[in-house]
Amino acid sequence: MATPFDEMNGWSGEAPREAYAQVKAWLDAAPGELLQTRRAQAELLFRRTGITFNVYGDPGGSERLIPFDIVPRVITTKEWAHIERGLVQRVEALNSLLADLYGAQEILKAGIIPEELVTLNPQHQLAVMGHQPSKGVFVHVAGVDLVRTGPDDFYVLEDNARTPSGVSYMLENREMMLRLFPELVARSGVAPVETYTDMLLETLRSVAPSGPEREPTIVVLTPGPFNSAFYEHSFLADKMGVELVEGADLFVRDNLVYMRTTEGPKRVHVIYRRIDDAFLDPLFFRPDSTLGVPGLLAAYLAGNVALANAVGTGVADDKAMYSYMPEVIRFYSGQEPILANVPTWRCREDDHLAYVLDHLPELVVKEVDGSGGYGMLVGPHATKAQIDEFAAKLRAAPQGFIAQPTLALSTCPTLHDGKLEPRHVDLRPFVLTGADGVRVTPGGLTRVALTPGSLVVNSSQGGGTKDTWVSGF
Amino acid sequence: MLSRTAANLYWTGRYIERADFLARLLEATGRLSALPSTYGGDPTAWGGALAAAGVDDIYNGLHDEISEAAVVSFLTMSPDNPSSVRGCVERARSNARAVRTGLTREAWESLNSAWHEVLRLQALDASKTEIREFTEAVQRAVATFDGAAQRTMLRDDAFWFLQLGAAVERADNTARLLDVKYHLLLPRDEPVGGSLDYFQWSTILRTVSALTAYRWVYRDAVKPWLVADLLIFNDRMPRSLTCCYDTIVELLDYLASGSGRRGPAHRQAAQVQLGLREGDVKAIFSSGLHEFVEQFIVDNNKLGLAIAEQFAF
Repeated sequence: MATPFDEMNGWSGEAPREAYAQVKAWLDAAPGELLQTRRAQAELLFRRTGITFNVYGDPGGSERLIPFDIVPRVITTKEWAHIERGLVQRVEALNSLLADLYGAQEILKAGIIPEELVTLNPQHQLAVMGHQPSKGVFVHVAGVDLVRTGPDDFYVLEDNARTPSGVSYMLENREMMLRLFPELVARSGVAPVETYTDMLLETLRSVAPSGPEREPTIVVLTPGPFNSAFYEHSFLADKMGVELVEGADLFVRDNLVYMRTTEGPKRVHVIYRRIDDAFLDPLFFRPDSTLGVPGLLAAYLAGNVALANAVGTGVADDKAMYSYMPEVIRFYSGQEPILANVPTWRCREDDHLAYVLDHLPELVVKEVDGSGGYGMLVGPHATKAQIDEFAAKLRAAPQGFIAQPTLALSTCPTLHDGKLEPRHVDLRPFVLTGADGVRVTPGGLTRVALTPGSLVVNSSQGGGTKDTWVSGF
Repeated sequence: MLSRTAANLYWTGRYIERADFLARLLEATGRLSALPSTYGGDPTAWGGALAAAGVDDIYNGLHDEISEAAVVSFLTMSPDNPSSVRGCVERARSNARAVRTGLTREAWESLNSAWHEVLRLQALDASKTEIREFTEAVQRAVATFDGAAQRTMLRDDAFWFLQLGAAVERADNTARLLDVKYHLLLPRDEPVGGSLDYFQWSTILRTVSALTAYRWVYRDAVKPWLVADLLIFNDRMPRSLTCCYDTIVELLDYLASGSGRRGPAHRQAAQVQLGLREGDVKAIFSSGLHEFVEQFIVDNNKLGLAIAEQFAF
């Protein structure tokens, strides 16, 4: 593969990019040991704060730090303006799509999306068919994964419309940079991100069911301290000043949701839930779920509580639906997509499957409902045996997979053993949708694959993070 | 406040307090056992420490004899002992971690650091770890946590439940210490020129960090009935039973100030407080110090249950 585009150094042989002028000058002037010292300080601070995540299937240390790289990823305000418009357009389309799929299903009638993609999708929740959530918003919090392959080439890789995580790292990484490199941050004119939690609170408040209460009670629902993202759940609850509840802290009576407090039951109006649909209510979904709240769905359908995100958003963000997003955007907005999709082969279609099977060594193959970097094949990095094994899985259940070309993801200089080396990065900006519109925080979470050449950036697969600067005066 | 959050904070307070008590107990016992027996050195001191920590049954089930090394290891780090210092700090932290939102960042970080410090000390060779270094590190960590909580937490339910757990635990610790040592405090004919028991009494005072306080309060040589008076009735001595119950009643009043609701915990605490306010050392010695302390421990446990009932833990 040719040398990929580098966020700081551009194409191989080019002069460093303007956006990085300040950072580059600082890096050039800083002695190597200073970078190492700062890196060690960052790790110490993260550990003291307890900013950890839990790794599933890791019996050893259940709390781990996500590696943090001190070299920021910089985006110019001009580039950001383009990204932001694209994100707003995309998330508006996702909300329109969900309202339609759980309502009149115009898009299916128009033949834009094959019907079985919806009807056979386990994420299409029949229980909420015909229900319009409070204020009509389905996806209150979206994390749209972007990748870059050239100066002006941004692609959407995934729409995360269920319970996207990582925003706490966006915020904590900035705090860390402000602490370690205050002057550099100031000199670079970095757009602040710290208003995210206020905007999230505003968003949640705006979708509270109408009622006599002056102030709605908002809670964050977590699966508990053993969940991989528990730190984030507690972080967000704390920053918003709302209770962090587990399923057992809530109960439903007469289709109203209450939390158990030391002063008796207290009515709850909005639940920012960080548990999947399947675990929300054992009466409707998985009966073995101890994480959820019996009766919650009935209360939701009665319009007495808002869930963020709404029930059933998974139908819109799986990777098979993803491949139709350009058509979806055109259908609802009449506009051309601002952010492009990565070309995608749907293995459910025979000719696509045949192509994919023939080209496995050069493709990335993903489960349509997978996440976290689990269960995917990265062709160029796979062994012959892994490819053969995957081909068998594909033939057995082709509808479960999509394939994409292996993109030459951009790289960003990253500290490794005291030296800067290029590592592949992606970007997850966070998009909030309330009754009063869409808000995007400038920046997002940059994830970095720490293994040389690796394209898998997920923290569960050993990826790290960087602070993301939208920079320019 | 969520009942679960309240319960987690209450137990965070209790475990931190217990860790602190254990650290003092280890330090004071170490001093006592190091004395030659002609100066009151007590070869059974470590057995007494196990009893005061309330873990003598577990220890005896696992060990044939009581040795300093075995008891120190058991009280500090042993995985066999759920109430080891390590166990207490770990549980304080896991309770706090479940309710991160109930604590300020400063308070949480100090507790998290304490946990990492305990892990660091544990990783050192246990036989070489100076017991003193360990106990001081724990006491310092607890003080840092208390300071962070005092300075940064809102004065609301979260703070009060944390303090409530600490006060209930503190009362229990002082009472258990008295329970183990009561026979030393009984009045009897004193030989002129001081007693070998002086070191036993001063050990008791050290365990609750009250040796200096004793001198300020009584301006007298250490006398057993005054030690009992200080630990039970002196309302200015933070680890005395009376002071603990004054604190408990005050905290329960704060907790009721929002809703105006009072319950079984209020009644139980007020009853115990009244008994302490009306009692004195003479009466207790005539009716039996041991019986008094045993009854107090039972009553204090009842309060724990009443708190759990009233706040739906």
